Amino acid sequence: MLFAAALLAAVTAHADESSLVLAAGDGLNQVKSSCAMCHSLDYILMNSPFQDRAGWEKTVTKMIKVMGAPITAEDSAIIVRYLADHYGKDSPPAEGGGS
Amino acid sequence: MDRRKFLLDSSCSIVGGLLIPRLSWPVAADSLPAGAIASEIMDALPGKRPLIKRSFRPPNYETPVPVFRAAYTPNDAFYVRWHSGVPEVTLADWRLRVGGPGVKIPREFSHRELTRRFRSVEIAAVNQCSGNRRGLFSPHVPGVQWGYGAMGNAIWRGVRLKDVLESAGLGASALEVVCNGADAPMLSGPDFAKSLPMWKALDPDTLIAFDMNGEPLPVLNGFPARLVVPGWTATYWVKALSDLQVTDKPFDGFWMKTAYRVPRGMFGMSGFESQDTEQNSPITSIKVNSLVVDPVPGTLLALGRRVKLTGIAWDSGTGIRRVEVSPDGGANWRAARLGRDFGRYAWRQWSHDFRPMIAGPQSFMVRAMARDGATQAGRLVHNPAGYHHNVVQRVDYHVA
Repeated sequence: MLFAAALLAAVTAHADESSLVLAAGDGLNQVKSSCAMCHSLDYILMNSPFQDRAGWEKTVTKMIKVMGAPITAEDSAIIVRYLADHYGKDSPPAEGGGS
Repeated sequence: MDRRKFLLDSSCSIVGGLLIPRLSWPVAADSLPAGAIASEIMDALPGKRPLIKRSFRPPNYETPVPVFRAAYTPNDAFYVRWHSGVPEVTLADWRLRVGGPGVKIPREFSHRELTRRFRSVEIAAVNQCSGNRRGLFSPHVPGVQWGYGAMGNAIWRGVRLKDVLESAGLGASALEVVCNGADAPMLSGPDFAKSLPMWKALDPDTLIAFDMNGEPLPVLNGFPARLVVPGWTATYWVKALSDLQVTDKPFDGFWMKTAYRVPRGMFGMSGFESQDTEQNSPITSIKVNSLVVDPVPGTLLALGRRVKLTGIAWDSGTGIRRVEVSPDGGANWRAARLGRDFGRYAWRQWSHDFRPMIAGPQSFMVRAMARDGATQAGRLVHNPAGYHHNVVQRVDYHVA
């Protein structure tokens, strides 16, 4: 039940969230603009590197279909590729990790 | 001296000790994903001391294990877990609605009305996230990669859910109580709401709590009111509770119907038949479990000097019958000393004295048995969402 007036904006960013650093690469912009709409990007770091491409695809699909993330099919493919390449099971050790 | 013989001798010298030879116990894989280790930091949320940050937004922070030295987990160290934004509710504006097809007279209560009208009760109980220790799953499964600290033990004070529901007059058709909080979903995602079967909702130990350890609930732990569902995992302990709907059919919200599910029969009966399907069941009761708190694993132990191994054990509320410690990789087990009983839903502290007489690596394994005879898992019972990790723990030290 929504107490609209009393809610802290769901998108309020914690001060330290900006310290998170994700690997540079094609798709990082889409990841930042789509995923970080609803959650901090440590969700990606935390859930690596044990998901394969199919695993990340499942996650992104869930975010769109269940959680209502407004991500286009085109961006979705780019995001999955980025996640599999940089935070996938066989990807090189993740850079950064933050703060 | 033969190592096995020494172990037998040393443990028999301790009063009340029992040795139960067992087959070798499998060792749990015990490490978080590399990315979870790389992204964890100690960080203090408002009103909290530094906790282990798993995610900033929504805030998911776990309690460091040394905090569990205390019988009750201090409010400022109690773990934090949200699915979406944290609602900020003022006590003056807060109302609890009671309605749905299963009640005769819909009600609405202010905090003052609830506390004046209904008897105040308190209970000590462990609150444990369904996914506590998910990060230790092997193979890993997606989700918040919790270590050991998505749990705590507290004294909860409030009013009985039963009393509040009955004040609205329960109808014969009442099947489940849908419990909703003031937190709102992200975008068009599903609102976080949970249901309880009537028997659990009407259990006199199920509370609408306002206080935790003698203080109002912290905002991050559900101020001004949260459900306390002793013995069941924390997913049911709805925070910032604002609405109770007594329904005459199974609630089909995402967080009941799809999430927080375990394969049917994998962990026994759910006790929540209206939510069981052929494939799966809602996660419900906490599984018997234990945790070593001291010495911190990796500590250097002094040769010949007595060391006190201490920790906690808990289950779904039958109580802890026994905790056993093995100093030899599971070949031999002896009973630990149980501490004071703070109530069947609270965790039980235990201790075990040991004098290491052999230099080199020394590991201990610990396992608890509940009063209903349930024991911890020897091997991980793997399930897709990463719930109910209660594998016998092994802790490693070095003696020199």
